[in-house]
Amino acid sequence: MKQLKIIFTVLVVMLASTFSVQANTLKYAFRIDANSLDPYALAETFTLAFQGLFYEPLIGRGKTLEVVPALATEWKPISEDTWRFKLRPNVKFHDGSPFTADDVIFSLERAKKDGSDVEYVVADIAAINKIDDLTIDIVTKGPYPILPQRLTTWYIMSKTWAEENGAVDPSSVKLEVRNFATTNANGTGPFMIKSRQQDVSTVLVPNPNWWGEVEHNLTEIIFTPIKSDATRVAALLSGEVDMIYPVPIQDVDRVNKANGLKVLQGPEMRIIFLHMDSSRDELLESNIKGANPLKDVRVRRAIYQAIDVDAIRDKVMRGASAPAGIMVAPGVVGYDESLNQRFPYDPTNSKSLLAESGYADGFELGMDCPNDRYVNDEKICIAIVGFLARVGIKVNLLAQTRSKFFEKIQSRNTSFALMGWSPLTYDAQSPLQAVMSTPNKAEGIGTYNVGGYSNAGIDVLTKAVAVEVDLVKRQQLISAAMLVHKNDFGHIPLHVQALAWGVRDNVDLVQRADDSFAPRWVVIK
Amino acid sequence: MLVFIIQRLGQAAIVMLAVAVVSFSLFNFVGDPVNNMVGIETNEKERSEIRESLGLDDPIYVQFFSFVGNALRGQFGVSYRLTRPVTEIIVERMPATLELSLVAAVFALLVGIPMGVYTALYPGNWLSNIFLTVSLIGISLPTFVIGILLILLFSVNLGWLPSFGRGETVSIGWWTSGLFSISGWKAIIMPAVTLGLFQMTLIMRLVRAEMLEVLRTDYIRFARARGLPNRVVNFGHALKNTLVPVITIAGLQLGNIIAFSIIVETVFQWPGLGQLIIQAIQFADVPMMAAYLVMIALIFVIINLVVDLLYYAVDPRMRIIKVESSDADP
Repeated sequence: MKQLKIIFTVLVVMLASTFSVQANTLKYAFRIDANSLDPYALAETFTLAFQGLFYEPLIGRGKTLEVVPALATEWKPISEDTWRFKLRPNVKFHDGSPFTADDVIFSLERAKKDGSDVEYVVADIAAINKIDDLTIDIVTKGPYPILPQRLTTWYIMSKTWAEENGAVDPSSVKLEVRNFATTNANGTGPFMIKSRQQDVSTVLVPNPNWWGEVEHNLTEIIFTPIKSDATRVAALLSGEVDMIYPVPIQDVDRVNKANGLKVLQGPEMRIIFLHMDSSRDELLESNIKGANPLKDVRVRRAIYQAIDVDAIRDKVMRGASAPAGIMVAPGVVGYDESLNQRFPYDPTNSKSLLAESGYADGFELGMDCPNDRYVNDEKICIAIVGFLARVGIKVNLLAQTRSKFFEKIQSRNTSFALMGWSPLTYDAQSPLQAVMSTPNKAEGIGTYNVGGYSNAGIDVLTKAVAVEVDLVKRQQLISAAMLVHKNDFGHIPLHVQALAWGVRDNVDLVQRADDSFAPRWVVIK
Repeated sequence: MLVFIIQRLGQAAIVMLAVAVVSFSLFNFVGDPVNNMVGIETNEKERSEIRESLGLDDPIYVQFFSFVGNALRGQFGVSYRLTRPVTEIIVERMPATLELSLVAAVFALLVGIPMGVYTALYPGNWLSNIFLTVSLIGISLPTFVIGILLILLFSVNLGWLPSFGRGETVSIGWWTSGLFSISGWKAIIMPAVTLGLFQMTLIMRLVRAEMLEVLRTDYIRFARARGLPNRVVNFGHALKNTLVPVITIAGLQLGNIIAFSIIVETVFQWPGLGQLIIQAIQFADVPMMAAYLVMIALIFVIINLVVDLLYYAVDPRMRIIKVESSDADP
C-alpha cells in the first residue's frame, strides 16, 4: 500500500512537472537567500528588496527611486513635528484581513522592540495617533524633514495575523523561540509566497487582490539563491534562469556574447572609500613611534593623490566603476555634482607633501581590506598597495573574510581600511552621521567612522542637516559638510561601483541604482 | 562482543568531547557574528547589547561549559543567521547531503571495484591503461574544477543536466527525497559523480593493488591447480580476500564524503549540510558550527564502529585472535 502511494506520488509529480511549464514564469537567482522573512529582522539591501515582493511600506519607491504613494495615499506636515497620513482604503492583507490604522500602530510598536533591526527608521517617531481607521498622525521627536523618504524601508505587518500566530515580537536569536514571521509572511504586496525552502527556492504567485495597477505579466516567480559565481552564470547561460545578479565583472563579456542574453550595467549607490586613523597619537600598525602621520592633513592628501583611481577603474574594475570625489553617489539625496571632481592623481605632489610633513623617507602602514564584500575589493587594495609604494609608503595589507574584517575594524583596531557605503535611506545624512561624524557611542553616531576622524565643523553641520526642514537649505548644509570633508581629506572616496545584472533578452525589467530588483515591473515577451 | 561495543562507546564519548574542545577554541578566530546580524544603520550601543546578550564577551571557557551543558540536554541553540533552532535546520538539510553521499558512495563502489578487478586481472591491457589514466585525472584534479567542467559541458554546452539545485523533491515524513523524480535524478548525477570520483579512483587503485597481491598467493595457485573455474577463483577467493581493507577505506571515505561535501555542494548549489556549514562559517554562526561539528564527529564515530563490526563479519581471524588472547595463557 505504502509503495503504491509512493509510486502514485511519483507519477503525479512527474505529470505536474510536464504540464506546469508556463510562458510567464520568472526564474531569477541572487548570490544569497534572505535569512528571514521577518521584515524587521535585518535591514540590508537584498533582504528588504526581497521582502518588498510581499510586504509594503506606507510610502514606496518608484522606477527611478522617486517617492511614491504605497499604503498611504497622501501625506503632509500639519505642524512642525506632526505629519498627517491618509491610508489607502480597501487594501487587504494576503490572509484577507483589512489594512487599517491599527496595523500601522502595531507595526510601529513592533519595529521599536528589542531585536528589531529597523529601529533606526522609526527612532525619531514619538507616537502614531489614530484619527480614524484610515487617517493617522505621525508625531516625531522634533522637526523631521525627511520622514517620507525614511519610511520607504519600513514594511507594514498585520496586527491580527501577528497576534494569532505569536509573531508580535521581531524574530531574534535572543528569544530562543521559533518565530512564525521568520518563515511565513502576510503582507499586502503584489506577490504572495506559495512555497519556500530556506536557501533552496521560493515560489511566489501574483496577489489577485492587489490594490495597484498591475504592470507585470507574470504568473509565477521562482527565486533561487546560487552562491557560486560560476554556477550562477552557468545557470543563466544554460537557460535555467531568466535573470541573475550580480554578474561577476570577469563574466560580463561572456554573458554579453552569449545568444539571447545581455548584461545591464549601471552605477550603484555604493561608494567605496578609505578610512584613515586620524585620532590616535600613535598608529597601531606602523614603524613611526610616538606620532601619527595620518593626523597631518598633508599626509592624508599625499595618500589621496598617490592613488590613480582611473587606473583602478580601467584595470581592476574593467570599466565598471565611476571615480568619486565625495562620500555620496549620484542618486542619493544630497549628492552635489559640483563637488564630485576629484583632486588629480599626482604622485610628485604626494612625495613633496610627504617631505614637507617630515616623512620624506615614507613610512609603514597596516591596511585592512575585506575579500568577499565589495566588487573586487581585495584587488583594489592590492593596487593601492602598489600606488603607495611608489611614493615611499610601505603598506602591509591584511585582506580577510567579511566577518573577520568587520570585527577588526569595528573594534577600531585599524590604521587604514577600505570600506563601502550605500545608504538604506537614500540620503546623505546616513554617511554624514555614521561615517563622517565624530564617533559618539551614547548618541549612536559615527558607528562606522573606524578611523575616528573628527571635525567639529562637520559635526555641527550634520546636526543641522538632521533638523533642517527647508530642502534647499538642507542641501546647502550637506554640500557644506561634504566640502569641508573633501578639503580636509577625512576619508578618501575612490569610486562608485557599478551593478551588473544578467538578463535574458525577452525579459523587460527596471534596473534601479539601489541594486534592488523588483519583479513587479517585469514583462516577459 | 558486548564488552567491545561498550568499550567503543566509551572511546566515542571522549572523542566527541575532544572535538567540542577543539572546535570551541577555533571559534575564537571566526570573527564577529554581530556585524552580520544587523544592518549598517544599527548603532554601536545596540550592537554591544546584542553581543552581551549572546554571551560573546564571556571568557571562552564559560561559553564552552554552557555549550556542553546545553548540548547534553539536546539543546544546540538558535542559529545566528537564520534565527531558528539549529537542530531543526540540520534535520531539514540532512536528507539532501545523505542522499548525495550515498549515491556518490554507491557510484564509487559499483564503478571502482569492477575497474580495480579488471585492471588487476588484465594488467597492460589497453582498457586497463585507460582506466588507470582516468583514475589519475580523478585523483589529481581538484573537485571544484571537475564540477565546473561538468557544468560547462553538460549544462551550458549540451543542456542535458541542470547546473544547480536538487530538482523536484518528494516529502516522506520529515525526509525529503529527490530520488523519486526524473528531475531529481538528473540533478544528482553531476554532483554525485564529482563527489564520488576521488573515492572511485581510490577504491579502484586499492582493489587493484590488493588483488595483484592476493593473486600471487599460494592458495590462489592451489585453487587454479585444482582446476577451479576462473570466475570462482577470481571472485570467490581472490576478490573476497581483498575486501577487508576496501571496507575500511570505503567506510572512512563515506564519513569524508558526508563531512566534506562542502565544495561540491557550493559548486552545484546543493541544499545540504555542506552549504549550511560554509555559510555558517562565513557568518560566524557559532551555534550552527558547534552543532555541525559535533554531529560530524558522531557520524565518524558511528561509521568507525560499524567498520569494526564488519571486520568481525568478514575476517574470521579477528575472532580467533580475540579468543586466543583471552584463553591461551593459563
